[in-house]
Amino acid sequence: MSWLNAPASETQITHGKRLWLYIVSGLVMMFLVLPSLIVIPMSFSESKYLEFPPEVWSMYWYGAYFDSKAWMNATRTSLTVAVLTFLLATPMGTLAAYGLHVSRFRFSMYIYIVMSLPLMVPVIMIAIGVFFLYAKLGMINSISGLVLAHSMLAMPLVVIVVASGLKSYDMNQEMVARSLGASRARAFLTITLPQIRFSVITGGLLAFLTSLDEVIVALFVSGGENATITRRMFNALRDQIDPTIASISTLLITVSVILLVVAQMFGKERD
Amino acid sequence: MTAITQDAISDVSNEHGLRSDENRERWMVLGLCGPALFLIIIVMVVPVGWLFWLSFIGAEGSFSWENYERLWQSKSYARIFKITFEVAFVTTGICMLIGYPLTYMMSQLPRRAANIAMITVLLPFWTSLLVRTYAWLVLLQRKGLINGWLIDAGIIDTPLRLVHNFTGNIIGMSQIMLPFLVLPLYASMKAIDRDYLKAAANLGASPVAAFWRVFFPLSLPGLFAGMLLVFVISLGFFVTPVVLGGGRIIMVAMRVEKSISLYSNWGAASALAVVLLILTLACLVVAAKLLKLDKVQSGSGGSDG
Repeated sequence: MSWLNAPASETQITHGKRLWLYIVSGLVMMFLVLPSLIVIPMSFSESKYLEFPPEVWSMYWYGAYFDSKAWMNATRTSLTVAVLTFLLATPMGTLAAYGLHVSRFRFSMYIYIVMSLPLMVPVIMIAIGVFFLYAKLGMINSISGLVLAHSMLAMPLVVIVVASGLKSYDMNQEMVARSLGASRARAFLTITLPQIRFSVITGGLLAFLTSLDEVIVALFVSGGENATITRRMFNALRDQIDPTIASISTLLITVSVILLVVAQMFGKERD
Repeated sequence: MTAITQDAISDVSNEHGLRSDENRERWMVLGLCGPALFLIIIVMVVPVGWLFWLSFIGAEGSFSWENYERLWQSKSYARIFKITFEVAFVTTGICMLIGYPLTYMMSQLPRRAANIAMITVLLPFWTSLLVRTYAWLVLLQRKGLINGWLIDAGIIDTPLRLVHNFTGNIIGMSQIMLPFLVLPLYASMKAIDRDYLKAAANLGASPVAAFWRVFFPLSLPGLFAGMLLVFVISLGFFVTPVVLGGGRIIMVAMRVEKSISLYSNWGAASALAVVLLILTLACLVVAAKLLKLDKVQSGSGGSDG
């Protein structure tokens, strides 16, 4: 085992001497990933109690999900809200990041702080605040209210991701385009935006996921016809373990993995 | 003579005009923040300000400190704060103990391997919180996988109570919070100049001494920032303790929800939320200071190398 005796880092420690580090790290990685992944095979069982590995493989609980009018309604609401949040938060956040990056006022720092407030204030406080506001405005249980609240929650993520993309972009390129006669808007759309598109897409995906996975605000301001899927899941979990949730969880994990892969692919292209 | 002065004057007015043009344009560009800022202020800042106001309104509808006095005096609130801090402390401690070795190893891997290892951190980060909480419920329950395996292996005879209590809540929350510790810590470890370690080894430090006396102190700001982040998010946590705590763990956020949905007591809920907010912001300010300190350190390290 010559590998074990080879130096592993600048401190000249050998791989053999820090084998324990690799083992601990491996275990921690399993702790991070396995619990969610183990739900996937369990969702294909037929029994009323979740089992691993399933004795009989079946799509029974997927049928239960797709046949349930209530779950389908909730899914439609969640997807609608997530898509609208994506469409609203991405351009708003991108413009805001661009505005802050280009204008460079001394007080821009404070605007940046206000924009990241939704990440800093405890979500429960935001949720009861939004509930209070929407109760006054009669916007409880409305799709538009949920979209506005989710866009607000996602805004800092879009701004942060796009701002970091702008940092590695050479703004002189836009200046060249403008000195050749392009308006600022045209220079932004044809020169800057294509080059920061990876950050914009990543920010947008995060906005979509934020909305799709959001529980606490939805708990307060979504209900009735417009209850989101997370709200229904949360209430179901409070009562008992419904195996339908395993199938929904599997679908949600699939969505996350797909979005993560898309984001990683775009990230690679940037390198 | 006159020509020169005229030139000078037009230069000055030109410069002046350019500067005011530039300023006007900067303001217009800044206006692009308008929609985002407007949304955040209307949907978040104003309602939260309103809650602040409500927290100072007593039962008779006039200004009073009674909501805060009740927080201070009531035993049930004291218990809620105690358990909230306990949960946050223990979660932070566990995240530190298991997150540091993982991050340390990841920071030393070659780029490609590090990217793959990073996926194990990012995947849970991107997976729905509710799904991860549900997964733990499935694993830890009485007839769940872990109890099943332990009984099959003959280690225990009767199922352990792993969920609907403090233990289950901590297990679930540690896994959910771990990425928040790993990500800032990783960035700060990557910024440490490896030449320092080479120098330490060169000067005769054993690997263990080089780690504890050179690498570890340099990674402390990142570690503290990550720990504070975990601590802050844990303080305000809601979903996981509701599901995995099974009613035995009442944290601050859960009490806020209950005050609203059960009693519609806005004053009490607001006061509790305000205290939570202040604790959170205080921690975040400290974390931001530490990260800034980290940047200064790694910045000077970079210029040396």
